Amino acid sequence: MTASSLSSERYNEDIVRAFVIASVFWGLAAFAVGVFIAFQLGFPALNLGLEWTTFGRLRPLHTSAAIFAFGGNALLGTSFHVVQRTCRTPLFGGRAAAWFVFWGFQLFIVMAALGYLEGVTKSREYAEPEWFNDLWLTLIWVMYLAIFLGTILKRQEPHIYVANWFYLSFIITIAVLHVVNNLTIPVSVFGSKSYSVFSGVQDALIQWWYGHNAVGFFLTAGFLGIMYYFIPKQADRPIYSYRLSVVHFWSLIFLYIWAGPHHLHYTALPDWAQTLGMVFSVMLWMPSWGGMINGLMTLSGAWYKLRTDPGLRFSVTAVAFYGMSTFEGPMMSIKSVNGLSHYTNWTIGHVHSGALGWVAFIVFGALYYLVPVLWKRQRLYSPRLAAYHYWIATLGIVLYIVSMWVAGIMQGLMWRAYDEMGFLQYSFAEVVVRMHPFYLMRALGGVLFLLGALIMAYNFWRTARGELRHEAEPVSRAAVTSPAE
Amino acid sequence: MPTKTEKDAITGRETTGHEWDGIRELDTPLPRWWVYIFYATIAFAAVYCVLYPAIPLLRSHSEGMLGYTNRAALVQSTEQAAAQQAGFISRIRAASLEEIRKDPELLAFAETGGRAAFAENCVPCHRAGGAGAKGYPNLADDDWLWGGTLGAIHQTITHGVRNADPDSRQSQMPRFGADNLLNRQQISDVADYVLSLSHQPAPADAVERGSAIFAENCALCHGEKGTGNQEVGAKNLTNGIWIYGGDKATIVETITNARNGSMPSWGARLDPTTIKMLAVYVHSLGGGQ
Repeated sequence: MTASSLSSERYNEDIVRAFVIASVFWGLAAFAVGVFIAFQLGFPALNLGLEWTTFGRLRPLHTSAAIFAFGGNALLGTSFHVVQRTCRTPLFGGRAAAWFVFWGFQLFIVMAALGYLEGVTKSREYAEPEWFNDLWLTLIWVMYLAIFLGTILKRQEPHIYVANWFYLSFIITIAVLHVVNNLTIPVSVFGSKSYSVFSGVQDALIQWWYGHNAVGFFLTAGFLGIMYYFIPKQADRPIYSYRLSVVHFWSLIFLYIWAGPHHLHYTALPDWAQTLGMVFSVMLWMPSWGGMINGLMTLSGAWYKLRTDPGLRFSVTAVAFYGMSTFEGPMMSIKSVNGLSHYTNWTIGHVHSGALGWVAFIVFGALYYLVPVLWKRQRLYSPRLAAYHYWIATLGIVLYIVSMWVAGIMQGLMWRAYDEMGFLQYSFAEVVVRMHPFYLMRALGGVLFLLGALIMAYNFWRTARGELRHEAEPVSRAAVTSPAE
Repeated sequence: MPTKTEKDAITGRETTGHEWDGIRELDTPLPRWWVYIFYATIAFAAVYCVLYPAIPLLRSHSEGMLGYTNRAALVQSTEQAAAQQAGFISRIRAASLEEIRKDPELLAFAETGGRAAFAENCVPCHRAGGAGAKGYPNLADDDWLWGGTLGAIHQTITHGVRNADPDSRQSQMPRFGADNLLNRQQISDVADYVLSLSHQPAPADAVERGSAIFAENCALCHGEKGTGNQEVGAKNLTNGIWIYGGDKATIVETITNARNGSMPSWGARLDPTTIKMLAVYVHSLGGGQ
């Protein structure tokens, strides 16, 4: 550790700082839009009667901002930090290439967001940007891959650290998914509209092959890369099992890529493809949990640090949510369960236990570690504010997922309820009415999550300015007061 | 391969000897339970693939030992559901509306089926239980635009109101103000008269002037006493029940621009048995005649 920190001046940390700022900024935007559209579902008048502010246009704004702008900037930034440190070499390609990736990625985000509001969309979930923006992102991504891979190739360490395996698999697979799913033919050279080269159920299958692996490689493999660096750093403990990391890495990336068809159960997709989508999802359970085990067990002998390090608390809670979502996911892929859960709010709850509980919390954990390191501060401005953030955000997540579980299962049961004479017991509208209180509860959960993130941003701002709030650390207080008593 | 392994003091495990930015790794073996559950899920997958359609071949795919397909399962469950209702459905198809009404068993079935169809198709406008909303008549009271007998309700549902169906209910209230048939003062007076019909307060002199205008322009459809005419869908103006509102401003607006609300022709969308059940259900809501 001392050997590498001696040479920290050689690393490109400006770029990591920029990505951290971008991630926090877009995170706040994503959460704010999420809260707004949650209220729209409870109070449709909030669509405001304007085409630009309808749920249909704001929803992709929310999902893209959360996944690609907040999560993406966090992934790019942490991967640049981790790959430099664990390869003991500055980024390949120099500063200009890294800054091109940074500004190019921000331009992609802004173009996508403005397009959504204007109604420029391919209507492919999580791949809404139109063809010109897809091409632009492809260029950025190839550059990103070159920088990352180049850095690994010129590393000063004999081995490649496990976090980098995950980052690299994420970068490569996202490139493949992005290119294939976005094979479209523009209607005209200067027009924004394009149509997919695939059609019908093949189009749907390609889309969900992409969609599920956006979850698998963007939201899982990439963030496991974050986990594998920041948890051992925060806990100051060795990784629990090298062998487990090897086996769960290869089994995870091999199995994930086949699981997409479970998004198309009971549709026109052929039965055999549905079966394979389901069984590959079930087999994914343990490979996913391998990451959880390695994350949690790395804390052996360091659990006491949870009391003093709010960042580590975020990271560990993230891993717990990761374990829960990756059990829930395979379960929901089982066709009979899916028959109840599909198209209901249960799916929304599942996605958010992953997105808020896993993705956002592992990012928060990493950022709480990174900000003092990057801005060369002794510690955070206020660990206590970080602790408030932790509890407020956790409560928000619990409200969110519990309300969506109840709403979703109720919805699924009501849709399939028949009376004794064989008629559907509830109409669609009757089910919608029952969702209202749960939509409000979910929106409240979102408000809390947003509030927590605002506290975090404030804390980072003061930390970056070099301020320290005078706070007694919980553990040192205990150590000081107990002998005195 | 390991460069310099050492023993971790807390867990007692050897490290692998690798180190990156201060991070080391323990050489812990795979947790046994993890391995066994992983094997179990693989075994589950293998068995499932034998039982269900799974393996793509050149021209088809493996059928699976259970012979299950989504499509067959769907056909089976819909046939099962249809068979469960077949007896009642065929009796309702054969029976007249009056016969359904008099047979308690058929009536109960038709009201249940009608409720389900109503909730799915009619509630967006007429609201739950037919309570109505502005512009959409309440179906649970005994005030009917086009008639509240079983036959009249059935006719209205089948062909709708003021739509492209040649048999739909047709009539048109003139736009007295927009087409300059009456001036502002006249419209105000006749609105006051309409208010007085449902015993709402209105200036006596205006009511008197309005009475004459009403007799000349409105009575033909709405009747001399304003009690309406179901032949032409003319609203009864005396009972205090309103579709668009009974305050003066709303009545002025109605007379000025007319309303002429419409309803789709459901005969084109729903099967005859469902429409019969809908008619029975709507009739049973409280105001059936």
